[in-house]
Amino acid sequence: MSDSSKSELVVSDLHVRVGGQMVLNGVDLRVASGEVHAVMGPNGSGKSTLAYAIMGRPGYEITAGSITLNDVDLVDLSPWERAHAGLFSTQQYPTEVPGVGLENMLEEAVAAVGGDRNAVEAQVVAEAELVGFDLDLLYRSLNVDLSGGEMKRSEAVQLGVLRPRIAILDELDSGLDVDALAAVSHRIEQATHEDNLGVLAITHFSRLLTVLHADVVHILIEGAIAETGGPELAAQLEETGYDPWIDTRAESPVEIHSHLEFGGGGDPWP
Amino acid sequence: MIETQFTPDAAGAIPGPDWLVRRRVAAAEQVAAAPMPSVEEEVWRYTPIGQLDLGRYQLAADPGERSTAEVPDHCAVADTSNGRLCGVELAPELADLGVEIRPLGDGDADLAASVDVDLFALMNAAFAVEPLLIRVPPGASVEGPIIVRHWLDADGVAVFPRLIVDAGADSSVEVLELYGSADVAAFVSPVIEIRAAAAARVGYLAVQDLGPKMWHIGSQVSHIGSQAHLRASTAALGGAYARTRLDTHLSGRGATGDLISLYFGDGEQTLDFRTFQDHAAPDTTSSLLFKGAVDDASRSVYTGLIRVRPDARGTNAYQTNRNIKLSEGAWAESVPNLEIENNEVHCSHASAVGPIDGEQLFYLESRGVPTETAERLIVTGFFDEVLDQFPVAGAVPVVRERLLSKIEGLSHHHVGNGSGS
Repeated sequence: MSDSSKSELVVSDLHVRVGGQMVLNGVDLRVASGEVHAVMGPNGSGKSTLAYAIMGRPGYEITAGSITLNDVDLVDLSPWERAHAGLFSTQQYPTEVPGVGLENMLEEAVAAVGGDRNAVEAQVVAEAELVGFDLDLLYRSLNVDLSGGEMKRSEAVQLGVLRPRIAILDELDSGLDVDALAAVSHRIEQATHEDNLGVLAITHFSRLLTVLHADVVHILIEGAIAETGGPELAAQLEETGYDPWIDTRAESPVEIHSHLEFGGGGDPWP
Repeated sequence: MIETQFTPDAAGAIPGPDWLVRRRVAAAEQVAAAPMPSVEEEVWRYTPIGQLDLGRYQLAADPGERSTAEVPDHCAVADTSNGRLCGVELAPELADLGVEIRPLGDGDADLAASVDVDLFALMNAAFAVEPLLIRVPPGASVEGPIIVRHWLDADGVAVFPRLIVDAGADSSVEVLELYGSADVAAFVSPVIEIRAAAAARVGYLAVQDLGPKMWHIGSQVSHIGSQAHLRASTAALGGAYARTRLDTHLSGRGATGDLISLYFGDGEQTLDFRTFQDHAAPDTTSSLLFKGAVDDASRSVYTGLIRVRPDARGTNAYQTNRNIKLSEGAWAESVPNLEIENNEVHCSHASAVGPIDGEQLFYLESRGVPTETAERLIVTGFFDEVLDQFPVAGAVPVVRERLLSKIEGLSHHHVGNGSGS
């Protein structure tokens, strides 16, 4: 489904309203093939909203701004059309879908883009081995009676079979053990090298970045990017918490927009 | 007072053993004196019963074609056509076991209980032409299901199939009953009596796949004896108005009843279930799971009552009814009830009516599954929980195929699926 050509997800001036409240107030991001970006922020800063809005979850109303993938405008596309454009997202708490199996879903997803549904089974088995997903679990309903680690391994299997261009990982490190996190992170990093996958990893804590190595770190505060930098930003965050950025915003909200230019501190990727 | 051709004289003219003729006439007299049911009564609420004109239906028709419904591996098949028994085939081993499949005869008066739960059960008592008996002697284990296939192709006929499943102590048997019709407007009012004697194990599956102009008003009455286990299921797929009333009596200590059914309405169908779980003995267990979907302008009704009588300490009774509403014009009603007269019991009931779960849909779509395919997967998965528990496992693939063909035709005027973008 993917090729190694360059892809780029561009989020520009994204404003999103959820349940009558403005949650994102002008987010700018660019994620290109092969890059790993982390979006970090305190609770309520709009991290999950950003993930859902990009994927097109109903109820996340885009009031201004744009989201494009390889110059395809995603805003008016349904979630499955966005997936066909090359987008993939993992959820913090993946939804249980009773009666629908992993392989069954992937067959339909693959067939929908003209792929060979008969090839899916072998791919699923191979991907399951890569991330240590118990083959017995393949015949369970999606995410039903799975542990946190099993769910995230399942999502890594899906990513491996679907081979998206850009993956949005929402709190990948929540609810799973270190072994599972290492296995899943390793598979994702492998995809960034072998498949040129671009990653937008949304996380509250910098510990994710000890296993999934980010090239670029963005700090999201109150629905806008407060600062963008390299991995050292996560290290700084570990020391200070989010307070310095929250203060900045409180004092000069207008200045936030000056931080919105992406990658101002030099490109960490070629 | 119902003035139709369904008279005591007409009942008395149907041939049969003397005891049966007398019983028919007595039932027909009750029918003649009874008022037509009305939506004013709770058990007929939400139904189109006011549209029923019994005068449109004739009491008898000649047998027509036989059913060609696909059947799984089996040990016996009985066929009816337009309400008349037209053949019973059974494997020789069944006769060796002492299993009987035949119309009620002279010595069977004590086998036919009086089922008078409503007007239509009374009409069945009055006008069932050849009540069919399936009798399994104590200790016999019947391999493979016994199949009863009903077929109707006479327009305007009223038929009253009667099936009695009499499972002796410590026996085991599975029965599959299939209802099908040509595209005719006829009236079917079956009564199924199931008696599971002590420690008997009985599976019963009814697949109702009648044509779209058919009316079906049926009753299923079960008595489950001590330590006996009944698993009774219905797949309701066809009919204009199709109703089944289930009265499940847990009569012996330690009796278990699993009531597992599904229904799928589309077009202008109304599918209607009334269930009664009657715990009359200690340490009895009943588990009810009914799942339905309504599409287009179809309607479904589920009302259920768990009754725990004073002596029935140690009862476990569960009742779950879940419905998916697939279009704006569809309608589903779900009314669970409990009536508990003993404190040492575990009872629960749950019911839900709602559209396809938006989060499930989003999850599948975010993987690249197009909306219509995702809906089909979710609805199929919703029913798989029921299909996985059906008795007569060999019949499940055919039921599933038929269900899938209805799901393929999902309308796409959905509720609760607004886009956020």
